[in-house]
Amino acid sequence: MTSIAHRKRRRATGRLPVVLVLPAVLGLAFLLVPLVGLLVRAPWGTLPSRLFSASVGEALRLSLLCASLATVLCLVLGVPLAWLLARGDVPGRGVLRALVTVPLVLPPVVGGVALLFVLGRRGLVGQYLDAWFGVSLPFTTAGVVLAEAFVAMPFLVISVEGALRAADPRYEEAAATLGASRWLAFRRVTLPSILPGVVAGTVLCWARALGEFGATITFAGNFPGETTTMPLAVYLALETDPDAAIVLSVVLLLVSVGVLAALRDRWISGPS
Amino acid sequence: MTLHADLRVARGVFRLDAELVVEPGEVVAVLGPNGAGKSTALRALAGLLPLTGGHIRLGDEVWDAPPDAFRPAERRPIGVVFQDYLLFAHLSALENVAFGLRARGVPRAVAREEAARWLDRVGLAAHARAKPRTLSGGQAQRVALARALATEPELLLLDEPLAALDAATRLHVRAELGRHLRDYPGHTLLVTHDPLDAMVLADRLVVLEHGEVVQQGTPTEVARRPRTDYVADLVGLNLYRGTARGTSVALDGGGEFTVAAPATGPVHVVFPPTAVSLHPDRPTGSPRNAWRVTVAGIEQHAHTTRVRLDGVPPVLADITTATVADLRLQPGAGLWAAVKATEVHAYPS
Repeated sequence: MTSIAHRKRRRATGRLPVVLVLPAVLGLAFLLVPLVGLLVRAPWGTLPSRLFSASVGEALRLSLLCASLATVLCLVLGVPLAWLLARGDVPGRGVLRALVTVPLVLPPVVGGVALLFVLGRRGLVGQYLDAWFGVSLPFTTAGVVLAEAFVAMPFLVISVEGALRAADPRYEEAAATLGASRWLAFRRVTLPSILPGVVAGTVLCWARALGEFGATITFAGNFPGETTTMPLAVYLALETDPDAAIVLSVVLLLVSVGVLAALRDRWISGPS
Repeated sequence: MTLHADLRVARGVFRLDAELVVEPGEVVAVLGPNGAGKSTALRALAGLLPLTGGHIRLGDEVWDAPPDAFRPAERRPIGVVFQDYLLFAHLSALENVAFGLRARGVPRAVAREEAARWLDRVGLAAHARAKPRTLSGGQAQRVALARALATEPELLLLDEPLAALDAATRLHVRAELGRHLRDYPGHTLLVTHDPLDAMVLADRLVVLEHGEVVQQGTPTEVARRPRTDYVADLVGLNLYRGTARGTSVALDGGGEFTVAAPATGPVHVVFPPTAVSLHPDRPTGSPRNAWRVTVAGIEQHAHTTRVRLDGVPPVLADITTATVADLRLQPGAGLWAAVKATEVHAYPS
């Protein structure tokens, strides 16, 4: 019965229209062919040796370190910020929420410039950091972490805030009636219940930080071993050693695919 | 220590203005239709909603007295059983029960030991490690009760504690809840829209309508002298305590009933006034409960006439206006009241 109905339905819908299928296939090819090209062109024979060469290893290590530190920074600041946006009784919450997403749409280079003028040695905040603590952030590894965190934090905040708004606030009330302070209720009741959202946000945030280029090169410059992360190394290597650029790109590609796989169930499959 | 609450909350067009007094060891049921302000009253007592006027005092401790004093929920000695329990899904039953003690700074090992004792008291010792989603509705309710009582609160608040249960479980859990409430020395406030829950569990009923107390008193008083149509419709149940032996129940106040389903031990006997028929002579025929009564009062309600009858036991009967005329009902008239055994329900108490 059902299969007949099914067949009938398919006949009724008719063939897929060419005007849609052709651009669709082209679009798919446009997205996939460059990635395939990267894999085809990769120097597989020398890949292991290149992968473990000093410069690649250094860039990879620096990238992983900075992206992880940036993610930690985003978690420490971003989760409370998400809580404030979702649960806090602050005036102008809508405006705050919009402001938080600005770095999401802002060209990262602009973010880098902004950071430079605020945290630079003569910047709004930077001059005091320099004068009082002798700390200068631009063109340092710490600068890389800041630039990445600036760009990646909105991903975490949006993800965690969404999870918080979906969570039932009455559980926090139940915790309060049991004598838990708001902090304890957040830590022991709310946080565990929104953990999937926090994990998804963390992974997205980390992936975004790992791929960060514009803000990093603007604010932290390009000093091998200190601020040259993978994306910067790819860009540099392209001029001197294209094969190295490909190896670095393949590594980043694999990391991205890994992230996609990790988030597949939550984000990619969509509503079914 | 008596709990005095003069609850005044104004929110938009809704206004709650209700006075509640609960003595230690007393169970007070707040009964009312949806939107009457029951939940608002409970949330105000719990400290989840500040009053806009009035006060809440336990003995000489002030919990809320706007605009000067407000003690938030986490600093009130309360326990709350929520309608859908709100058990923490990521914690085991034991950890749920231990939560309040841990929040109050009791060391982990002591808290867990105490929680285990409470789970044992509600008969769930075997489920200590179970996550809430694996528990049945009745079990979850008992965990919620244990969690609320584990901190030995001064005030126990129950929000529709049986509403989420199916009829069969409800019967059992209600009796068990009644036992725990009798053992509990603190103040209990129960919010419900189910008259049976209120009458079986509570020492005193407070009926709330449109944010105001329209009537209060013992279940029997309220049932026998309802002041509004809502109370008459809902609370006007014939309710007796007695001891069952098989299908026969000897009432504490005298009289005996035959019930359809056999039971043993102390029970509540309940039937609606509509189940009572009145006859000029002793009715014959199918097995019935029939006894001599005299008319004590007649009240006209929306669609029926309610007759208060004295006898052993006294009883309420709802009859049609035609019957009133047929029987020439007037105060002092002698009649026979009859109720079918199948209409009489006995609940373990």
